[in-house]
Amino acid sequence: MVKLDVNGRPEEVAAEEDMPLLWVLRDKLGLTGTKYGCGIAQCGACTVHVDGQARRSCVLPVGDVHGKKVLTIEGLAQKPEGGTVSSPVRLHAVQQAWLDENVPQCGYCQAGQIMSTVALLAANPAPTDDDIDAALSANLCRCGTYPRIRRAVHRAAAALKGEAP
Amino acid sequence: MNRRDFLVSSAAGALVVGCAFGPTGGPVWQHHRRTGEFKPSAWIRILPDSTIVIVIDRVEMGQGTTTSSAMMVCEELEVDPKVVKVEAASSSRAYDNPDPQLGIQITGGSTSTASSWKPLREAGAVAREMLRRGAADVWKVPLAQCVAREGAVHHGASGRSLRYGELVDAAARQDVPKVTLKKPGEWKVIGKSIDRLDAAPKVDGSGVYGIDMKLPGMRQAVVVRPPVRGAAIATLDVAAAKARRGVVDVFAIPEGIAVVAEGYWEARTAAELVKVTWHDGAGGAIDTAKLIASAEKLLDGKGDKAHAHGDAYAAVKRGTRVEARYRLPHLAHAPMEPMNATAQIRNGRCDVWAPTQAPGIAQFRVAEALGMDLQDVAIHTTMLGGGFGRRLYQDFCVEAARIAARVGPVKVTWSREDDQANDWYRPMAMSSCVGSVEGGQIVGWLHRLTCESVLAATGGDFVGPRLPNGAPRALRRMFADSPPRMFARDTILDPTSIEGTDPPYAIPNFRVEYLPLDTGVRVGSWRSVGNSHTGFVVESFFDELCVAAKLDPYEARRKLLAKAPRHLGVLELAAHKAGWGAPLPPGVGRGIAMVASFKSFCAQVIEASVEGNRVKVHRVVAAVDCGRVVNPGLVAAQVESSIIYGLSACLKQQITFAKGRVQETNFNSFRSLRMFETPVIETHIVPSTESPTGIGEPGLPPVAPALCNAIFAATGKRIRTLPIEQALGGPA
Repeated sequence: MVKLDVNGRPEEVAAEEDMPLLWVLRDKLGLTGTKYGCGIAQCGACTVHVDGQARRSCVLPVGDVHGKKVLTIEGLAQKPEGGTVSSPVRLHAVQQAWLDENVPQCGYCQAGQIMSTVALLAANPAPTDDDIDAALSANLCRCGTYPRIRRAVHRAAAALKGEAP
Repeated sequence: MNRRDFLVSSAAGALVVGCAFGPTGGPVWQHHRRTGEFKPSAWIRILPDSTIVIVIDRVEMGQGTTTSSAMMVCEELEVDPKVVKVEAASSSRAYDNPDPQLGIQITGGSTSTASSWKPLREAGAVAREMLRRGAADVWKVPLAQCVAREGAVHHGASGRSLRYGELVDAAARQDVPKVTLKKPGEWKVIGKSIDRLDAAPKVDGSGVYGIDMKLPGMRQAVVVRPPVRGAAIATLDVAAAKARRGVVDVFAIPEGIAVVAEGYWEARTAAELVKVTWHDGAGGAIDTAKLIASAEKLLDGKGDKAHAHGDAYAAVKRGTRVEARYRLPHLAHAPMEPMNATAQIRNGRCDVWAPTQAPGIAQFRVAEALGMDLQDVAIHTTMLGGGFGRRLYQDFCVEAARIAARVGPVKVTWSREDDQANDWYRPMAMSSCVGSVEGGQIVGWLHRLTCESVLAATGGDFVGPRLPNGAPRALRRMFADSPPRMFARDTILDPTSIEGTDPPYAIPNFRVEYLPLDTGVRVGSWRSVGNSHTGFVVESFFDELCVAAKLDPYEARRKLLAKAPRHLGVLELAAHKAGWGAPLPPGVGRGIAMVASFKSFCAQVIEASVEGNRVKVHRVVAAVDCGRVVNPGLVAAQVESSIIYGLSACLKQQITFAKGRVQETNFNSFRSLRMFETPVIETHIVPSTESPTGIGEPGLPPVAPALCNAIFAATGKRIRTLPIEQALGGPA
């Protein structure tokens, strides 16, 4: 049994310790927003946060995540403070920026792109273009949404600082 | 209850059955009787609660058809696209692509907006007119006083309004009318950059791609595939794989060895325990270096005439002669979502859920594989994680159906390695070009081209499903078998092999010859198909002739395009926006290229520099003319996408074979452009009143030649072999 916290919920999973976190999330916990792209940490489609750090879940044995906090794309949007179960979720500023800039095309890589961006902005609230290059060049997009991703990162950074985009 | 009372009560939401009067024998009324919905055509369903569902028949693989298709319907339906629900079409002949070259349910060839332009607007208009007529009946007022606007019909004089949902019954009673489409000046939706309608589930993880499918009792499978396509099993021992925890079954299928387990990881790790040896067969002899050598030799001989005017053979003996050979490699499509499909067979019916570009072909191929009739196979299109042409070919659906026939509901997921090694590759293409310039003019152009035929490999897919659903299976198979034979024997010159070799430039002596190439490599349509390689050759060689004739490559193109106004339009716009002729920083070169494809026009100016074997692409300025634009934002997105996809290919990508084995097995060796390498991209649209034409692909062909022309301008080095980084001595 592996114990971990996924999107704020404690989970106990019957999984072999060397099973990658990606397949635990997708097949055992039904969280399919995190995607399989390459299986060798080359494309970033499987990016999740483990204790706040962006990690490639396709090569991360679930045994190494025992007792840790995992955040996936499904856990990013928040219920508003004081909201009820039926209150609509409020998208994370990064997700909202992705909508506002019409970033997604096929969308398959975007969960990974968004999780990498959230980690970037947590560490660096005002990234330069070079900072964005450094943080996001490990996330592949075959549709070529990079120019829009760049704009969306800047927009999200401004929104998180409370500036009008 | 009199007629008026009935209509009012049903308009208020009551589902009334058994009241059959009015022109109510048709399918629209029958559907209404059965479901309570108003469904005037295959694309629109209006529910009594005023929910408006638009069925999207051209699949969404990122190119924006969800949004553009809905916009075309909504324009005439008088509804804000933001309030409708969109739904992917399942398999039905109603959704056959009306493009005369297709005629089956398929999304490709940059046809979606062009071929839907009339039918989708008409569908919207028909629905709107039936709703208006329904309202006129309810209110007993002249039709002319009933105005459709924002999802409701309004009667100005009395101030009354009925929402569409309140009119489902009255509308369903109407005859299907002939309609007049709105004039461009009346458009409220078409031409606006409205936000994508498919974005929300792509940012919150809720979207269901093929790989995310789940059915009750579903197992998961992977396939151990031969290292060489077409290899046969020599020895097989599945005992260890079967003994692995979670494994359900392991057995041979035509595609390899199916490993079925409770989950993907159990299946994938069990696959490593399968002990199998293979007889490579003929495929084991495929070796890229040998293929290149034999194609080189082929180009020394004359080929079949593809295009000709004047006397090119005589002309290239005059003036200054320029000779060049170009080579483009096999390429994989590598969409982000690996191939996968989920299948279930129950009560003589097969259902397949898959990210496919061609439900019509999937239905045909699955029915054929299982020995079923077409109408007993249903294909349900999920979200697609990219396509680029790969998902036109339905091997992933067929094998899922085969495995499901043995183990019940199952999802089959390919690894990235499976995907790379079992693609339908962009053909390898080689060209020999001879030209001559005299007196500052291009006087002769002789182009010999060899590449594999896409239609020889895949033509049957497009022909078999065209027969009506009840056609005998043997006839369908005969149909499907004919194009591969014709194209393979070169009885017919494959138009996709030579498309783009006939540029619009007025060159007095011009000849193109094609030499068929049979390598044994399985090829297919790759974004922009033949134009992806012919565009590179034609626009590079034109540049070489300009250099020899001491002509400015932009001005030289302009001069030869006097009778081609749309080509000229994009060329001039791109050059103008890029500041053609303005000084550049030292080391930076500027290149231009223009290719018309899929009935659209695209010119690009690229600024680039070279350091060692690294190319820095600074800026790409694109101008496109794709007729009327439904959504300029989507057009820009597709041009950006095509440019980045094209840059990945021309800078970095190739598929090579050694002893029949694909060498580029994952994203570390089949590399793509990343954020830090992505240039500034500007897209400019030429305003047009022509009917819409393609935009998913036309942005791609000019990329490679514009970049190589820029590299020449920057360094004096001419790149004639792709990928560029390898040609410059970089990593293979």
